[in-house]
Amino acid sequence: MKGVLESLVRGLGNGSVYALLALGFVIVYKATRVISFAQPAFMIAGAVAVSHLAGTTGFYLAVPLAALLVAGLALGVERVAIRPMVGRPVFVVAIITLGIDVVVRVVVNGFIGLDVRQVGDPWGLSLVEVGGLAVQQRWIAMLLTTAVLVSLLFAFFRYTRYGLAMRAAAFDQETALAQGVSVGMVFALSWALAGGLAAIAGTFAGTGQGVDQLTWIIALKALPAIIVGGLDSLGGAVIGGLAIGVVESLVQSYQGDLAPWLGQNFAVVTPYAVMLLVLLVRPYGLFGTPEVERV
Amino acid sequence: MLEVRNLEVVYDDVMLVLRGVSLRVPAGSIVALLGANGAGKTTLLRALSGLLDVHDGEITKGSVLLDGEPVHGLRPAQLVRRGVSQVMEGRRIFAELTVEENLKVGAHTAARSSAENLERVYGLFPLLKERRRNVSGYLSGGEQQMLAVGRALMAGPRYLLLDEPSLGLAPSLVRQVRDLVVEINRQGTTVLLVEQNATMALSVADHGYVMETGKIVMDRPAAELLADEDIKEFYLGLGAEGAVKSFREVKHYRRRKRWLS
Ligand SMILES: Nc1ncnc2c1ncn2[C@@H]1O[C@H](COP(=O)(O)OP(=O)(O)OP(=O)(O)O)[C@@H](O)[C@H]1O
Ligand SMILES: [Mg+2]
Repeated sequence: MKGVLESLVRGLGNGSVYALLALGFVIVYKATRVISFAQPAFMIAGAVAVSHLAGTTGFYLAVPLAALLVAGLALGVERVAIRPMVGRPVFVVAIITLGIDVVVRVVVNGFIGLDVRQVGDPWGLSLVEVGGLAVQQRWIAMLLTTAVLVSLLFAFFRYTRYGLAMRAAAFDQETALAQGVSVGMVFALSWALAGGLAAIAGTFAGTGQGVDQLTWIIALKALPAIIVGGLDSLGGAVIGGLAIGVVESLVQSYQGDLAPWLGQNFAVVTPYAVMLLVLLVRPYGLFGTPEVERV
Repeated sequence: MLEVRNLEVVYDDVMLVLRGVSLRVPAGSIVALLGANGAGKTTLLRALSGLLDVHDGEITKGSVLLDGEPVHGLRPAQLVRRGVSQVMEGRRIFAELTVEENLKVGAHTAARSSAENLERVYGLFPLLKERRRNVSGYLSGGEQQMLAVGRALMAGPRYLLLDEPSLGLAPSLVRQVRDLVVEINRQGTTVLLVEQNATMALSVADHGYVMETGKIVMDRPAAELLADEDIKEFYLGLGAEGAVKSFREVKHYRRRKRWLS
């Protein structure tokens, strides 16, 4: 039992990384109807920015600074590469985001170098005892930070002028325009939010083990998370991300004993297996709207 | 004054829909714009509120003047800031948002006077105040129309463009809409009222325009249009069986809408 709970906490910790990335995907999708494949690049840019800043500013200040920096980067990218594409077929824009991802990652790789870079987090792999369980500090820190961020985000969408404008534009862009909402502003804000969230997710992903040129692959697990949660549901992104993390962790802990015939490292593919299962039952995700098309 | 001069609008670079429309909406007045389906009424409103872009429409000739200043080519947000707000055809409320959230989106450009405008709108529509925490998608058609109008008023417009506010409403609600238009105007907002319900529109308007396939074909004081039997028969489809005919039109219209969407 203790083992299960410890595995669960690890899953929730890793799941927060997926959840933050998935939120970014969903926010951009709702605003622009495009799945932005640039998220992995923003994630890694965030982690690398923290690794460079932490030495001078300290880790805790480096994280918000990096989030702002990457939000700014995303804002610029949206302005230069995405805005001129408004009105083009969605899949064309999606391909452009893929290009952005590659370009940004190549540039960021220059700041990583060939070795692993530490993000300078204070947790490393140290354990802490919570209610008799021995769990890594970083998982607790990640989960708590994510809880705070998600609450802030929901409050933003619920109570602020810009948050409401974004929800309105997501529902009916023309009508939002008619109320004086600037759709350009909505696009920009969605990219900035997604960038900032990805940066924090990247920092989380880099805690304990550091980042190298392949860390971006973690971001791909946010895709199953949004398919599970529903492409257009913020709550779904959070729950999808956490669920993927938990399932992955449990499989990693127990599949070797319970189902050795699945081979080693089956955990690596579980996010995608879960995604396929959900797609069979509910093609629009657990919390998504049925109209959402998927190609 | 909001003025349109010799306006030409083309959709998709090829479809000429407005062919030299001129129209004046003097400050403080109610002006009715009538015409059959497809005449171009909605297109004209889009030109006034900057929404042509969304539909691949373009002004190819003529001008729109607000208090003498050219405003065509401005973005919708800029026009709302200058005091021109539109209530679009078909209500178009944000169905996933609550009533009050809808209204707050309407106040996007007028954040400073938001609280004050909210009081004014709740004063006009006590029912919306009662339902302010409800998800707006569950309101009835009439309530949704009230919400759409209230939302536009949240920007504190000087000019309110209403696109067929009575469409699909029961007669008692149509009367409510009419009273509402009068009240809004009394409170100082100029109204351009697009309607298929000609009798209702002309009964409150100072001036009436009739549009046919992209042209203004009639431009008279509302009372004259209302009094002239021939005009009613030829242009407004309000002959002896007027009621029946317009009802059929409404049904046809709604069916067409569904195909389009
Ligand atoms: N986005 C568009 N692209 C191409 N043509 C359009 C578009 N919108 C409208 N039209 C055409 O322009 C003409 C005028 O349409 P408009 O909607 O302005 O008429 P209307 O007077 O508002 O009609 P209704 O009473 O049905 O609302 C119609 O022939 C219509 O098919
Ligand atoms: Mg119309």
